[in-house]
Amino acid sequence: MSTALPVRNRPAVSLRPATAKDSSQERQKQMIADHYEKLAHAKENGQKVVYTFVPGNLTELLQSLDLLPVLPEINALQSGMRQKSAGYIAEAEKAGHSEDVCTYVKCDIGMLKSGNFGPTGTKLPEPDLLLLSYTGCFTFLKWFELLREEYKCPVVMLHVPYQPDGVISPEMREYVVNQLRDEVIPALEKLSGKKLDMDKLKHHLDLSKQAEDDLVKVWESAKHKPSPIDGYFGGVYYIGPIFTAFRGSQEAVEYYRELRSECEARILRNEGPQTPDGVMGEQRYRLVVEGPPNWTSFPDFWRMFAKEGAVVVASTYTRVGGLYDTGFRHDSSQPLETMADYCLGCYTNLGLPTRVDLLERYIREYEADGFLINSVKSCNSFSAGQLLMLRQLEQRTGVPGGFIESDLVDPRYFSKANIENRLQSYFQMIDARRLRVSA
Amino acid sequence: MTETTTQTPGFTPDRASQILQQARAMMEDLHLGPVQRWKAANPGGMAIGYMPIYVPRPLFEAIGCLPVTIFGGGDQIDIIRGDSYFQSYICHIPRSTIELGLNGHLNCLDGMVFPSLCDVIRNLGGMWKMLFPDRWSSYLDLPQNFALHLGGKFYAQELKRIARELHERGAKAYDPEALRQAVRNENRRRLAINVLDELRRNEPWRLPTSDVYVLLRAGGLMPALEHAQMLEEFADAVRARPARPFDNVRVVLVGAFCEQPPLDLIRTLEKSGCDIVDDDLQLGLRYIESAIDADADDPLEALANSFIQYGAATASRYIGTAEKGAALLEKVKLTKADGVVFAAASFCDPALLDQPMLEAALERAGVPFTAFKFSENTGQFQVIREQAGAFSDSVKLWGTVQ
Repeated sequence: MSTALPVRNRPAVSLRPATAKDSSQERQKQMIADHYEKLAHAKENGQKVVYTFVPGNLTELLQSLDLLPVLPEINALQSGMRQKSAGYIAEAEKAGHSEDVCTYVKCDIGMLKSGNFGPTGTKLPEPDLLLLSYTGCFTFLKWFELLREEYKCPVVMLHVPYQPDGVISPEMREYVVNQLRDEVIPALEKLSGKKLDMDKLKHHLDLSKQAEDDLVKVWESAKHKPSPIDGYFGGVYYIGPIFTAFRGSQEAVEYYRELRSECEARILRNEGPQTPDGVMGEQRYRLVVEGPPNWTSFPDFWRMFAKEGAVVVASTYTRVGGLYDTGFRHDSSQPLETMADYCLGCYTNLGLPTRVDLLERYIREYEADGFLINSVKSCNSFSAGQLLMLRQLEQRTGVPGGFIESDLVDPRYFSKANIENRLQSYFQMIDARRLRVSA
Repeated sequence: MTETTTQTPGFTPDRASQILQQARAMMEDLHLGPVQRWKAANPGGMAIGYMPIYVPRPLFEAIGCLPVTIFGGGDQIDIIRGDSYFQSYICHIPRSTIELGLNGHLNCLDGMVFPSLCDVIRNLGGMWKMLFPDRWSSYLDLPQNFALHLGGKFYAQELKRIARELHERGAKAYDPEALRQAVRNENRRRLAINVLDELRRNEPWRLPTSDVYVLLRAGGLMPALEHAQMLEEFADAVRARPARPFDNVRVVLVGAFCEQPPLDLIRTLEKSGCDIVDDDLQLGLRYIESAIDADADDPLEALANSFIQYGAATASRYIGTAEKGAALLEKVKLTKADGVVFAAASFCDPALLDQPMLEAALERAGVPFTAFKFSENTGQFQVIREQAGAFSDSVKLWGTVQ
């Protein structure tokens, strides 16, 4: 584990000013804007709206029944990035929600109580149904109980068993499939007024697979030195379409095809990823990161890494909405079973020993110089046990671990100076290890 | 109130006090002496610890295992190593449980079960596997789907898995008749608990919750039949004990179903003028709110179905189509309570996320309530005493909180 070392004065790495944005970025921006536009007019267009969560989302199913998803975690993180979350959280706490609990939940409740204006400033439609996919996070269950109280709308629950040993048993799969068949699909059919067309579902699942193939190539591009991507700060943008409303769509296929070719082009140019202040030059540290980022100071947080030449080559947060680089792909030949396996396989639905195995694999395969845990106050699903994970990974790999603390969307728990200080000490420790090894 | 620890020289305690003393000694024995004695008396028997809230205890007893409730270290141990595994914003019970494990206090256990309750207890199960790789441990996925053919079927499969894994490690093979007998014993215990609950509802001055609490804590360390007999004997004895009514308000205590408050905190509430006429402290033994079918053709299926059909409304259980807070209001009505005291462990996600919804239901029904948080090792009770006292006075004077 990292020990405190004096803060050093070392020149920041040079960044080449960004030229134009990558065209995949522009494409994603337009996709999101179009989606929120659809949501803004959903009621007048007679489209039904389903609120659901990112891990274990059933987007292909919703698309097949022409239902529009809203993802409360995405709204909460967007509120964090737009500096709205502090007010929303205060609003929720004023209404009696404890300071101890998940700030995504409080941000969402506060947003609702403040008019429910989404990331683009337009009012979000109220849900016609809450699709509670209970995957990897107990708080989801309470979150939708709270929303049900507010919206007075029906809820359909999909209980996804946990994988304590990293194995999907036939009983787990059968349980999820049976719930999909007997409860979830009938509820969605009733809402949409349509019978599920299995061919349409299979078509969307095929499209998911195509996007997933390309996303994995994007992740794996970070094995190249220099890495053409940042698998954490940049990664949260890369997962945008596939974790939200677009997995299973033609737009997502095109987005990931384009993203992949941009990465391949950067490899040919030996070029690093975009950062908030330009293209990263020298890559001094290759890191694996565990835990979600802070959203309220996201660009500042990223800069703390970028200016030190620290690039994240793999991260676990970018696997919460689907773990594809261990081989899973949606398989249209078994539509319900594949949706079950997807839900069961999301990162936070895996037991801690399996998470440690995955991190170890990332550290070795991506030739990381270190791994870092950003422990967020809000998320016990991630945070409980991280200090043991840190010890285990140091023992197994000999690679130095670092530990910082912040929160998802509560700015009260983001201490810039403290985090920067810890990071600088951590990077210095990596330098010291290198010196010892080369001596 | 009955003091269970102090004795005047020459004083012979009544039978009820003797039983309470015995139960308290069991509860405070962090080395699990009662479990060690059970193992010595039952060669080949396995002791399986489990975290709150609930596991199907009859199944364990049926295969020759003693299920042992683990509530962490309470206020009895200093946390030294346990704190180094958890950030400041994680509740206390996993710290003291890790401490107990690392210190060897739990060495007499042959395994541990981590039921699905919250993300912290779930992840603690993963930590346990890494810290104690040579000992059997298992996550128990309690269903959140309450259709018998879905959640009930899955849960029955989970129970079979647990029985199979323990048999592979030396427990007896699953035998339906043994399970039927274990269910009968559990039903008898449940009945004995109901008798005590009724007694404290009707005469809380005769049987305070702090005493019921101690008696039930002991039950987590002994077989159901033995515990049932203890409770039955106690109920007879306590009825014969002289008691004097107090002018207290009647409250339902909610939120401490996992991490437990110190016993002195419960007594502080009582001393502040609150008769606790119902609670969800250490909910496990009361989790199934009905007798389990002991004569079913498939007793394992009956055990699984009892969870589905008769599980208590608590924060970690999905509400489904039921109305939030209705079960609490029903309790308030049944116990003729004047108000509700919310006592959640700090950083307890299920309790604290649930609380605003329960408070809203109480507000709609005009039931007064107050709320505070605690840790299992909370040592200062003055603030809580003042808060509970003010609540009690307010309810007595005005019938509500002003």
